[in-house]
Order: sequence, then C-alpha cells, then structure tokens
Amino acid sequence: MSKAMNKASHVYVTYIRSTPENVWRAITDPDLSARYWGHSNVSDWTVGASWEHRRTDAAGKPDLKGMVIESSAPRRLVISWAYPADVDAPARVSRVAFDIEPHKDDMVRLTVSHSELEAGGEMERGITQGWPFVLSSLKSFLETGKGLL
Amino acid sequence: MTTQKSALDPAAFTPKSVYRIYIAATPERVWQALIDPAFTAQYFFGLKAEVEPRRGGRFRLLWPDGREHITGEVVDWSPPRRLCVSWDVRNMPPFSELPTCLVTYDVEAEGELTRLTMTESHDWDIPRDIMLGGEEGWPKIISGLKSLLETGKPLTFDMAAGPPPDFVAAVERAASEKPWLLK
Repeated sequence: MSKAMNKASHVYVTYIRSTPENVWRAITDPDLSARYWGHSNVSDWTVGASWEHRRTDAAGKPDLKGMVIESSAPRRLVISWAYPADVDAPARVSRVAFDIEPHKDDMVRLTVSHSELEAGGEMERGITQGWPFVLSSLKSFLETGKGLL
Repeated sequence: MTTQKSALDPAAFTPKSVYRIYIAATPERVWQALIDPAFTAQYFFGLKAEVEPRRGGRFRLLWPDGREHITGEVVDWSPPRRLCVSWDVRNMPPFSELPTCLVTYDVEAEGELTRLTMTESHDWDIPRDIMLGGEEGWPKIISGLKSLLETGKPLTFDMAAGPPPDFVAAVERAASEKPWLLK
C-alpha cells in the first residue's frame, strides 16, 4: 500500500563567536562532538560515505545513521539521517543540512535545516526537542570551552 | 494616520514563531537580562528595555537617543518564569502600520541550565514572508543574550544595512492592504 506522506521541515539558526573551520570540526570530529553532543559523529565525510552518531561508551552503538550527500568543508555539509532500524525505509530517512557562514569578522551563522521528516513522527518530535539543546551546547562549547552536558 | 488598536485579548493571538535556547545561567539572571536596560542595550540592537514591573504596566524599547522603537504593555508579569508584553513598532513606517503582536518569554530551570523560549504571537493571518523577516532578528538577539550571560561579552551585529528589501516590501504590501481588518 502506498500513501502520500506529509513531510515536515525545521530550520534552526544560531550565531556563534567562532570560525567556520572550528564549527566544521566540532560537528565532524568524533571526540569534539562527544564533548557537547554526547555522541561521536563518525565518518570520513566524503560524499557517498556513511556516517554514524555513536554512543560514547565502549560499545559505541550508533543511535543515528546516514550517508554523506554533500561535503564542502568548512561551509556546507548535507547528510541523511535516520534511526538505524529505518535506514532502508526511504520514507523514514530525513535530511540535515548544516550551512556554516562567516558573519562579520568574529562570528559564524550556523543554519541547520532538517527536512524530509515524517510529519508528527517520532523523529520529528525528537529533533524539535533536540536541536535547540545541541546547538546551544555547541555554541557554549565553542565560546567557553564547555558544552552544556 | 494611526491604526485604531482594540482592547487586547491575549486569547485571540496564535504563536507564529518560536525560538528556544539553553543558557548556562540561573533563571534569575536570564530574567534580569530580559528586563534590565543595562543588559538589553548590549544584546538587543542597542535598545534599552523599560518595563513597569506589574501586569498592565508600560513596556518600551528605546533607541540609545531615547526615541521609542517598541511600545506596549505588560500582559503577564511572573518573575522569573514568564514575561509577556504587547508589541507595537513606533516611528518606522511601514512596520509601525502593522497590528499589535505579543512577545512571550518563558524562562524554565532545567538542572543547572535555563531554557529560554521566545514566542511571537499574532491575531491575524500574518504572511509567511513577514514572519521570515522577523525570524532574521530573533536568532541574533537570543544568541547575543546567551553569549553575554556565558562569556560576559555580547555579539555585535551591524544594523546599518537595515531590514532586507523583501521584508520591507512584504510589510508595505500588508500595510496597504490591511488584511487584519477582514477578521
């Protein structure tokens, strides 16, 4: 049975006193992402590669998985984004774009656009809670050296 | 010509824009940053807040030279948890032609952090392109507030460019058509 699915998207904008290079590293480096996100983002970040959002314990189980769709360090990264059980169910695979733009001399405007979400689904509920916290923690980490975890 | 403002009924307003951030500070410090002109002048495009601390009290945001930018009234005064103010733009056509909106700040402790949620509500079917213009501003303001409280140093934005032309055009269109009169 096929049924047209309502899709949702959400956009989050944050200004951070930092450089595009440092924002890019904080998102893509497993050790740095663990310090403010509580998970390690692991990939070689080349187009077509897979990425995983792994727990920081010894087992390192991924809680999210996807593929790298676009990768233009340090300005734009686009990845697919799904729960590990859903990676082969296209209707449940969403997409996240990070746009990292320098703003004036000392800031970065970071825009996270999370699209292709199943409207009203578990992932949409999770990310609307999650992104404001993750981006707040990333901003604290880059500006003060300490994330909010 | 001034638009006739009817008596304010908060229940008639619908949230149209929400911006949420987590800050490593107490709710009391976040509250102070919202109402104290010495703080707002540093992160709110130089504007000084003037808040009469009671429901029904006067609310204003003033430019450094004392001119009014925003005037309104305190709709909810519940320190340090909730501040809601009505919001009329002054002396800035076409923006000052738009109907009153409501701005609500919810300040909630979450462990050692504070979750600040700004909600902008309208009582008419405000076009999406006007909301998008406003949504350029809030991330700058709220990001700056967080930086100020966590690092002691605000973010400084350049206001010289003024609002984007598309935003101004959308507001001009609404100001001439006045769709809110058709409610």
